[in-house]
Amino acid sequence: MGILGWTYFWVGLTFGIYIFIAWRSRVADTKGFYVAGMGVPPVANGMATGADWMSAASFISMAGLISFLGYAGTYYLLGWTGGYVLLALLLAPYLRKFGKYTVPDFVGDRYYSQSARMVAAACAVFVSFTYVAGQMRGVGIVFSRFLEVDINTGVLIGMCIVFIYAALGGMKGITWTQVAQYCVLIIAYLIPAWAVSYKITGVPIPQIGFGSTIASGQHAGQYLLDTLNVIARDLGFVEYTKAFATQKTNMLNVFMIMFCLMVGTAGLPHVIIRFYTVPKVRDARLSAGWALFFIALLYTTAPAVAAFVRYNMINTLEGKRWEERPAWYTNWSKPGLIAWVDKNGDGVIQYKPGKPFIGRPKWKKGKDGKILTGKWGEPLLANKLTKNENELYIDRDIMVLASPEIGGLPAWVVGLVAAGGLAAALSTAAGLLLVVGSSVSHDLYYRVVNKNATEKQRLLVARIMIGVAVACAGYFGINPPAFVAQVVAFAFGLAASSFFPIIILGIFSTRVNREGAICGMLAGIIFTAIYIIQTKFLGYGNWFLGITPEGIGTIGMLINFIVTIIVTSFTKAPPAEIQQIVENVRIPKGAGAALDH
Amino acid sequence: MAEEGKDLRAYWRRNLQIQFWLLAIWFVAGYVLSIFLVEPLNHIKMGGFPLGFWFAQQGAIYVFVILIFVYCKLMRGVDKEFGVDEDAA
Repeated sequence: MGILGWTYFWVGLTFGIYIFIAWRSRVADTKGFYVAGMGVPPVANGMATGADWMSAASFISMAGLISFLGYAGTYYLLGWTGGYVLLALLLAPYLRKFGKYTVPDFVGDRYYSQSARMVAAACAVFVSFTYVAGQMRGVGIVFSRFLEVDINTGVLIGMCIVFIYAALGGMKGITWTQVAQYCVLIIAYLIPAWAVSYKITGVPIPQIGFGSTIASGQHAGQYLLDTLNVIARDLGFVEYTKAFATQKTNMLNVFMIMFCLMVGTAGLPHVIIRFYTVPKVRDARLSAGWALFFIALLYTTAPAVAAFVRYNMINTLEGKRWEERPAWYTNWSKPGLIAWVDKNGDGVIQYKPGKPFIGRPKWKKGKDGKILTGKWGEPLLANKLTKNENELYIDRDIMVLASPEIGGLPAWVVGLVAAGGLAAALSTAAGLLLVVGSSVSHDLYYRVVNKNATEKQRLLVARIMIGVAVACAGYFGINPPAFVAQVVAFAFGLAASSFFPIIILGIFSTRVNREGAICGMLAGIIFTAIYIIQTKFLGYGNWFLGITPEGIGTIGMLINFIVTIIVTSFTKAPPAEIQQIVENVRIPKGAGAALDH
Repeated sequence: MAEEGKDLRAYWRRNLQIQFWLLAIWFVAGYVLSIFLVEPLNHIKMGGFPLGFWFAQQGAIYVFVILIFVYCKLMRGVDKEFGVDEDAA
């Protein structure tokens, strides 16, 4: 069986498993639908959170991003892991003790205000939406690259699968499919990583191989990272391990972006909601630990893969004649993940800083639809060339996608990577869709519109909402608006500047009141949104201390904290029963008897 | 009842103390060693790793994982000590 056959086998098998699990764990009540009946064991919840959290971007793109960024990739690595410490210590146990179904529920009850609840619900829906559109696109891309189907067909298949198990099983179905998806994605990630590490350094553990010496070839016996630094310097790139090399990655911005990502992680509704699903307060703490453990397996491997593949890629391509290129080059040239243009006509691949041409590769085709080839037999490009000396285009996604072939692994492993990428994208999409469904059906419909809604009506509204959300996400997956990549900054900035301060203050202060929270939330969101819109879309410079829009959520969060505290100090304290709730949330005892409302 | 209220305040104070120290370690690993001091630390080598780079791309993540499990363990003890454990009748 070839690569394509194995890919169909793995994707078919895993999809079958997901549907089977969803059927087995279908639910008929809202408690099961929103929070999986609060019966998920901590280790399973940790795995589910890991799959929920690690998206198509973490799986496919992150190692590639880091391999181009070098040290600066740190803000992704630490930014997307450090938030779990905040979650475990400052949020998860108390929200679990509070024992309601959604994040807006907590905000609405703690701040005894329907407006606060609605602002929170709107934020939750918006944040989850911006995020889910990108996931659907990811599903389509994996399909088109591995299964040679059209991106749009891929998105449609992905939509159907997610809808079936999210609508059928709600949180319970999602949780158990996410556990399965975590297993698929981590196996698919680690096997190629072990192989590449072994091939390049002779050490099969990437986390150690990363700091070891190169096993063979012209750099044998030298440390991998030292070699990467030397190569980078020779070719005119920034040294791989050098910190703060550019304006965007100066110390202040690395700090701001990392802090924003950490706090944003802790404020993302689809992550927080996972901690409502465990039976006890101490399980909430523990499952945050397991979640980070399972995430760390991938996140400590990714930077190692980044370094191995970057070394291998430069070593096998730079300065080599076209006919000496490795076999995987041809496989990934077809979908346009790698391309070479012979600017100086010498038949040798030159890799230098800068873009070789404008945009993504577009092949020049003849009248019969075949790709035209040049003097050396290389496929020709229709793109406009740039003036620099770089001749090689490398898409960041190739770093993970080509890793099994670089590691010399058989076809069945290459096929497994496709199943892993799909698992990562589908699990995140499902978690986000559930937030949209439960926010609308619980926080808006049940708590605001129709307070007498029966269980059945609420479930129906939630399922319909998931259907609507899947359809919208699918539409944006097929017709991606230009801003999809840009809105990720928005999701984190918004989560950091809206939810995080309000929830923290709601737990750690009995004095903070409704007026403070609403003003703080609005001030934080409005500042962050305006800054991101100005700098990303309206062409303003980074006017606030040179901070890039990715990191501005940190400032938005500070504004939220300050405004909340100041407004609170001028207005009257919350009612005694609210203060009693806060006191009660702080102690674990009694969580078993969580209110079912 | 008054006695219990006092106990709960002491419980919460203990929790805040533990959180303060663990978050201090979190900040040192994630920000001080990985960002603020990365350049001087990179002059020190640990095998093939410049030390600052290692903290930034490996070490800090290990510290984060350990911190959460330490918190679980410590709070388990504190919960029992103050009788607010969920298993307590």
